[in-house]
Amino acid sequence: MTNLASRGPAIEFDHASFWLNGRPILNQVSFSVQAGETLALLGRSGSGKTTALKLINGLRLPTGGEVRVHGRRTSEWDPIRLRRSIGYVMQEGGLFPHFSVEKNIGLVPRIEGWEERRVRDRVSELLETVRLNGDVVSRYPGELSGGQRQRVGIARALAADPPILIMDEAFSALDPITRAEMQKEFLELQRRVRKAVVFVTHDLREAMLLGDRIALLEDGHLVANLTPAEFPDSQSPIVRAYVQAFSDPMAKRRSA
Amino acid sequence: MSLWHFVVVNRAQLLDLTVEHITLAGVATLIAAAVGIPLGILITRVPQLSKPVLGSANVIQTIPSLALFGFLLPAPWLGERAGRLAIFALALYGLLPLIRNTYTGIRNVDPTVLEAGRAMGLTDRQLLFQVELPLASGVIIAGLRIAAVLSIGVATIAAAVGAGGLGEFIFRGLAMVNNQVILAGAIPAALLALVTDSFLGWLERRLNAVGLRS
Repeated sequence: MTNLASRGPAIEFDHASFWLNGRPILNQVSFSVQAGETLALLGRSGSGKTTALKLINGLRLPTGGEVRVHGRRTSEWDPIRLRRSIGYVMQEGGLFPHFSVEKNIGLVPRIEGWEERRVRDRVSELLETVRLNGDVVSRYPGELSGGQRQRVGIARALAADPPILIMDEAFSALDPITRAEMQKEFLELQRRVRKAVVFVTHDLREAMLLGDRIALLEDGHLVANLTPAEFPDSQSPIVRAYVQAFSDPMAKRRSA
Repeated sequence: MSLWHFVVVNRAQLLDLTVEHITLAGVATLIAAAVGIPLGILITRVPQLSKPVLGSANVIQTIPSLALFGFLLPAPWLGERAGRLAIFALALYGLLPLIRNTYTGIRNVDPTVLEAGRAMGLTDRQLLFQVELPLASGVIIAGLRIAAVLSIGVATIAAAVGAGGLGEFIFRGLAMVNNQVILAGAIPAALLALVTDSFLGWLERRLNAVGLRS
């Protein structure tokens, strides 16, 4: 799978639209993500962020334009193959409550027919990668803390070494301290694994911290696609509204 | 003659009737499960069918049991063999709880867990067997428990069409106006129901504990 990642962008949105019941959820959206790059997809609830993710793994197909993964339209992929080549992390980890940590992480390798020995080695390797103690393997998601669950979710997404990782509000349910910790670790992890990452968030600070680029969605339109350095200086009114909404309350207190 | 005395004297027959009773109710429950669970799964996949299927099963359950046995008597392949007829009727009664619980159990699986499974590239089959059925298993077992207990109770009526079981003593006692004979059939039937109920209840709690570990 990794050889595919080396040529061209891993993910391309080419004037992609998605209409539902005569209403546009996404309208003519274009962007691309390369291997090793993290795109932060920023927007409020209902802006179309999650739909954009579902267009990547083929849970939805664009009603107009194209979405290409490794140069191939998602409509041409076998949906099962496409999804197994994309790691998916959701809020709270989206873990299977009836599977132990070991079974959660090993699920995709197992259904992909890996040998049992290789699955076990991969699981312990991944636990180390996400900095979890080996003794959690036999525990169930309900017996873990929020942060541990999120780590298991990331380990599970990385299990079959997919070239693409999509993360839907992955850290939003965590307390601020755990969240900051996970963000820092994510950056370190991404430096090592160099995936093409799309990280959906409604938090500008998180987008600034994690994204190599920030794509701002508003009402299904892509209104900005900027680097974190460019973002605060943008003249776009919607971007400015965001920057203002997230201006540091601590700084305000100090200057008062 | 005391109840105890009657039981001791007729112990061989009591044992036979108990085995017959377990067979009638057991086979009927297994058939109900073999038909009801797949039907319950089917109507989660084809939602248009859910109303007619659940509706029919509901109607069947409203037919009084003695009447249902009577209706089935003239049926060609069933009427001549009382055991077969009784099992068929009991299985019909067991259908509703199994269909309904399978359907509700699967429908109540957390949608985010299903979404995660789909996004990870599980096929529909893998999603059903690895995620939906295990998470619904507690509710499905609860349906099996209702069906089994119901079958054990209604199977006492099967004696009316000559299918045997512990109902034999009950009907004989009624005819003889002899309470001891009635109790010799009714008490073992009630015990069977209680034992079945507590065993399946224990299984249900165990499975729910696994499903609810989130």
